[in-house]
Amino acid sequence: MGRYVARRLLQMIPVFIGSTLLVFSMMYALPGDPVRALAGEQTVDPAQIAAMKKDLGLDLPLWHQYWNYMVGLFQGDFGTQIASGRPVADIISEAFPITVRLTLFAFTFTVLVGISIGVFAGMKADTLRDRGLLILTLLLISVPSFVLGFLGQYFFAFQLGWVNPNVSGEANWNELFLPAVVLGSLSLAYVARLTRTSIAENLRSDYMRTAVAKGLPRRRIIGVHLMRNSMIPVVTFLGTDLGALMGGAVVTEGIFNVKGVGYNIFDALRHREGATVVGIVTLIVVVYLVSSLLVDLLYAVLDPRIRYA
Amino acid sequence: MTIIDHTTADVPSPHGSPEDSGPLLEVRDLHVEFHTRDGVARAVNGVNYSVSSGETLAVLGESGSGKSVTAQAIMGILDMPPGRIPQGEILYRGRDMLTMSNEERRLIRGQKIAMIFQDALSSLNPVLSVGYQLGEMFRVHQGLSKKEAKAKAIELMDRVRIPAAKDRVNDYPHQFSGGMRQRIMIAMALALEPDLIIADEPTTALDVTVQAQVMDLLAELQREYNMGLILITHDLGVVADVADKIAVMYAGRIVETAPVHELYKRPAHPYTRGLLDSIPRLDQKGQELYAIKGLPPNLTRIPAGCAFNPRCPSAQDICRTDIPALLSVTERDGTELPGRGSACHFWKETIHG
Amino acid sequence: MPEALKDTVKDQPAEAPVAPRTDGKVGKPRSLWSDAWHDLRRNPLFVVSAVLILFLVTMAAFPQLFTSADPRYADLAKHYLQKPNWGHFFSEDWFGYDIQGRSIYARVVYGARASILVAIVVTGLVTVLGTLVGMLAGYFGGWIDTILSRVTDIFFAVPFMLGAMVVLTSFTERSIWVVILSLAFLGWTQIARVARGSVLTIKQADYVMAAKALGASTSRILLRHIMPNAIAPVIVVATIALGGYISAEATLSFLGIGLAEPAVSWGVDISSGQEQLRNAAFVLIIPSVMVSITVLAFIMLGDAVRNALDPKLR
Repeated sequence: MGRYVARRLLQMIPVFIGSTLLVFSMMYALPGDPVRALAGEQTVDPAQIAAMKKDLGLDLPLWHQYWNYMVGLFQGDFGTQIASGRPVADIISEAFPITVRLTLFAFTFTVLVGISIGVFAGMKADTLRDRGLLILTLLLISVPSFVLGFLGQYFFAFQLGWVNPNVSGEANWNELFLPAVVLGSLSLAYVARLTRTSIAENLRSDYMRTAVAKGLPRRRIIGVHLMRNSMIPVVTFLGTDLGALMGGAVVTEGIFNVKGVGYNIFDALRHREGATVVGIVTLIVVVYLVSSLLVDLLYAVLDPRIRYA
Repeated sequence: MTIIDHTTADVPSPHGSPEDSGPLLEVRDLHVEFHTRDGVARAVNGVNYSVSSGETLAVLGESGSGKSVTAQAIMGILDMPPGRIPQGEILYRGRDMLTMSNEERRLIRGQKIAMIFQDALSSLNPVLSVGYQLGEMFRVHQGLSKKEAKAKAIELMDRVRIPAAKDRVNDYPHQFSGGMRQRIMIAMALALEPDLIIADEPTTALDVTVQAQVMDLLAELQREYNMGLILITHDLGVVADVADKIAVMYAGRIVETAPVHELYKRPAHPYTRGLLDSIPRLDQKGQELYAIKGLPPNLTRIPAGCAFNPRCPSAQDICRTDIPALLSVTERDGTELPGRGSACHFWKETIHG
Repeated sequence: MPEALKDTVKDQPAEAPVAPRTDGKVGKPRSLWSDAWHDLRRNPLFVVSAVLILFLVTMAAFPQLFTSADPRYADLAKHYLQKPNWGHFFSEDWFGYDIQGRSIYARVVYGARASILVAIVVTGLVTVLGTLVGMLAGYFGGWIDTILSRVTDIFFAVPFMLGAMVVLTSFTERSIWVVILSLAFLGWTQIARVARGSVLTIKQADYVMAAKALGASTSRILLRHIMPNAIAPVIVVATIALGGYISAEATLSFLGIGLAEPAVSWGVDISSGQEQLRNAAFVLIIPSVMVSITVLAFIMLGDAVRNALDPKLR
């Protein structure tokens, strides 16, 4: 097991370098210029711009810039915002907890509601109840999250007045409820469908018949034999979904004005603040990589047939 | 046309079984049907049989003959719906299980009647250790602690002769060989020393050499605990050594019953004869192997009359119209042959001809 | 009937319903595809989604058939945020007017083209690219697989929406092709993974072994034997992804980094509609509903195709 973890960690290195390099080059190789963005519409002396660029190391070739960035990163330096002069690390440490809170909230919602719906439907596969829930999940998948966000805002904030349309700077748990539901709804639909299929499939399995033949009480058959097996694919999905939720949070934050990483990424993109964008995306990539590693390990714990290879 | 079987002729009890204490399990006129998209599949059409303590009944038949469905109905593990039991009784020690409450039936399952399934790999839960799955019987039915249950599990594994049981108790089903897994299935069925074990093709999935070991073990344990055993199989070879009596099933009906050796010597039904003739024999080397022609019937459209008539070499007009009842078989001179019955209009010709 | 766990054990008794037919009707051998088609035609989910998609694609191709109004014609004075006339089917004022006095119905009709074009072309591109990468990685294995799989991992690790945002903000002029290429550049990984897995399984199949033993060339094995059999899961994933790209295009336009005015697209309209959410929600809701219906149609189609192609689920 130790060897497996070590190997997986080693494998993560090229992926980590590759994906940060990908984002880095998308940010710096494509047209758009942070120094010009700083000046806006005004005409600025080209010599001054060149000097500023040299100062910031933006005149170096891409690989050199990347190298400098990575060296800085491993010393805990995420770089500095050009416009505000603030360290990117500061901005991230302010915004990240809010996004993490939103994501975890959405994740919890996804897990609890998604699995419940899936079990509820899967236990009675191909009945009216199952079909109804299937259509509900299809609807959730079809409605883009920003539409869902607006609908939520429209009904719960404007029509019913239950919540504030916008989330304050503190981003309290109760304020995050609606954004979290909106963010989690897509994953919820997937989790529900996956759980449903898994439950329905396992219900037909031979070992379930054995469990009944053993004279076990119903709650034990379902709680121990059925759930244990059915949750394996769901757990796998949930792990990789954590990273996707963080990515999706960017859009949700835009709708509800949550001052998380999404808000900052938007801001940074508009001003071509490469360091901020790359820093945030890097963190999200790391979250994704670590959570998929954890999922693989968990997978092997849940399913003894999987061997570390 | 509707096929209603009025045959209720009992399977005559074999000699030697105590008539007064009554059989352990008795199936009376059992019918099972499945409602499918293609219509109603009549899987079991009036089956009667009984088993007493210490007795082994072999139920023989092709797939689709209803032998497994009958067993599942006894265990109460039929899928209902689409399954339905429109008619019949399943008496355990004289009480009809079909009228019992769910809880009463659950308490019988595993404790009084246990089942061994064909494919141990898929029948054991892949993500729980065998120790857990064996121990579960004691924890649920006897309220033992986890630790006590594990000790019992090791004891059981020893009893079915799994080497190094103590070390292997925490292993998972996929880590065992096929034969060992089937031993674990047997251990699980045996755990609470039930009165009756139903073994549904227990050795079909195994290598021939292992088959014999597993059958011997099962027979030995049955003798030791004086259990009743219903052995469901399509393999005539398995039956000969262990069974006391045989019931041959075809299209959801018992077509012949007999004490085991008599059946081999003198079959009283053309289907049984066909089965026996299709066993490869060394003394027929070089000859073409006999096979019953045709296919088992579609259970949604069982042929009128005797279900076997389209495949029967000696079918007459009556076979296509009248369902033959399961009648006692006698010698040429009329002396009764105890335990024998045949559901063929021409049993006399078959057995004596 | 006293049966414990009636609904718990869905175990079809192996014997009863599968007894072979003796009625002499031996069906002609059917392939996976003709079998699937047979199934699909009887699936109401498929019929509904196929009809819907046909309708939407026609709308995208020939918007003039559905309205004579000009989606860009603004009549501020007359129609400022005029409410929909639900009874006036297919007329210019059916869905009301937006803040610039443009017919929402006309915009919805003309907006279909951008959304559906983006989705179809992106799906086509990612399917070709993903299948190619996945097939090569799966078939050749070894270092080719290692490299291609790592590259796939790299692209997979970057969240799709975030990546698209980064790419698209670099372009000041965002034509429909920029959007298409950006989405395709980031979106091919899922198909590649599916194709690779599928090829890995099929590579072991006896008929591939047989073809190899008979000395078939690599390209022949790949094209004639592996591809037709590996493609089923790819098609399923692609159909569902198509719905996802419609949603993605709308989301990006909504964020202001996809298509922009004067382009006519549902996303653009949703984006401009959000300012009037409080007083004229229909400006936002109508294009949103269109997006949702279109996505739903494709996802239902994918679902139906999956059920038809996966005999295990039948």
